[in-house]
Amino acid sequence: MTELERAGLPTAHICTMTPVAEMVGSNRVVAGNGIIHPLGEAGRGPAEERAMRRAILERALEVLTQPAGEAGAR
Amino acid sequence: MDGRPLRVVHYLNQMFGGIGGEEAAGIGPRSVEGPVGPGRVLAQALGDSGTVVATLICGDNYVVERADEALAELIALLRAAEPDLLLAGPAFNAGRYGQACGALCAAATRELGIPAVTAMAEENPGVELYHRDVYVVRTGDTARNMAADLGAMLALGRKLVDGAPVGRPSEEGYYPRGRVVAELAAKPAAARAVDMLLAKLRGAPFESEVHLPRFQPTPAPPPVPDLRRARVALVTDGGLVPRGNPDGIESRAATRFGAYPIAGLSDLRSEDYDVSHGGYDTSAVKEDPDRLVPVDAARELEAAGIIGELYEHFLSTCGLSNPLENSRRLGREMAEHLREAGVDAVILTST
Repeated sequence: MTELERAGLPTAHICTMTPVAEMVGSNRVVAGNGIIHPLGEAGRGPAEERAMRRAILERALEVLTQPAGEAGAR
Repeated sequence: MDGRPLRVVHYLNQMFGGIGGEEAAGIGPRSVEGPVGPGRVLAQALGDSGTVVATLICGDNYVVERADEALAELIALLRAAEPDLLLAGPAFNAGRYGQACGALCAAATRELGIPAVTAMAEENPGVELYHRDVYVVRTGDTARNMAADLGAMLALGRKLVDGAPVGRPSEEGYYPRGRVVAELAAKPAAARAVDMLLAKLRGAPFESEVHLPRFQPTPAPPPVPDLRRARVALVTDGGLVPRGNPDGIESRAATRFGAYPIAGLSDLRSEDYDVSHGGYDTSAVKEDPDRLVPVDAARELEAAGIIGELYEHFLSTCGLSNPLENSRRLGREMAEHLREAGVDAVILTST
């Protein structure tokens, strides 16, 4: 992940364990919807899932267009 | 200590607690009387000097997904058991379990004043996150030496309870906590430094007195100037692969990644994909791969002109138990692939 950024690729990281992502130096971290389905949820209907997926993706895009500081190791 | 038996509470995840594997990772916290599973080793080690009065068990996903809420529930159960000492794990290389153990131990000491010890392998993210606040005993990568690991946890725990002096990390077997303790050394610093340098030049082993942090900050690349003209790539470490896993991406410690075509696809279908990842319950992703690699929603954004273009492959590997050096190499290789493909930005999805 940090290697992608080191190569100059802005990267939005969608994950559940956001403290770990920040710890290793991800600068643009977006909370996903849980470990086993970061962009979805089995219990919801397809329409709701699609809406949730889109919302998370849009947050990721938002984060890609904003400047991010250096994430230091905690 | 007044010589009465030590009351120990043991924390275990759903697997070591004997409830189930990944399919049970979402279970909530519960308290069981007495030792469970590996806790029996603890009970034996305690002998007459103490008892494992209760075992707290919780699903790894429950703890990391609900964070504070789960911790509050566990603390309530812990308080009710009235222990002298909390021992959590060992978690070995299990990242979610390590995070749970570290968080619980930190909270136990901070909120209840209960001494706590956990144990993990070196590359468990829980070590970096909690080693300053919590005593984390060093274990190997596997449960092979479980009994010895539990013994070390108990020995350290007893010292904490008794208020006895705790020795150096290398003596007691825990990760350095960042405490600086003044000590009288046999040789002055300059002499010690030269000794180390000579050892290094000779290729002999030496131990540094200063340890560099494992994770250096990475400067963030500048933001994407215009998403509408950007080529965006989807990348995952959740192990999504085409049916049959043609590239043989390993389900743990993967040594390679794959680039899989999505040109013309507006959706990933269950029958076309498998999931090669041993670290989470993959059924939800197998049922709908877009839950991990969101091609359907990304296509919507592309069609709406919000992003310029979705890169015609998604990149995938398995992040489970992947040694840092290997992960870094994979990252560099993926970065090279993406740059050559003219990708401007990446959305990385992790389980």
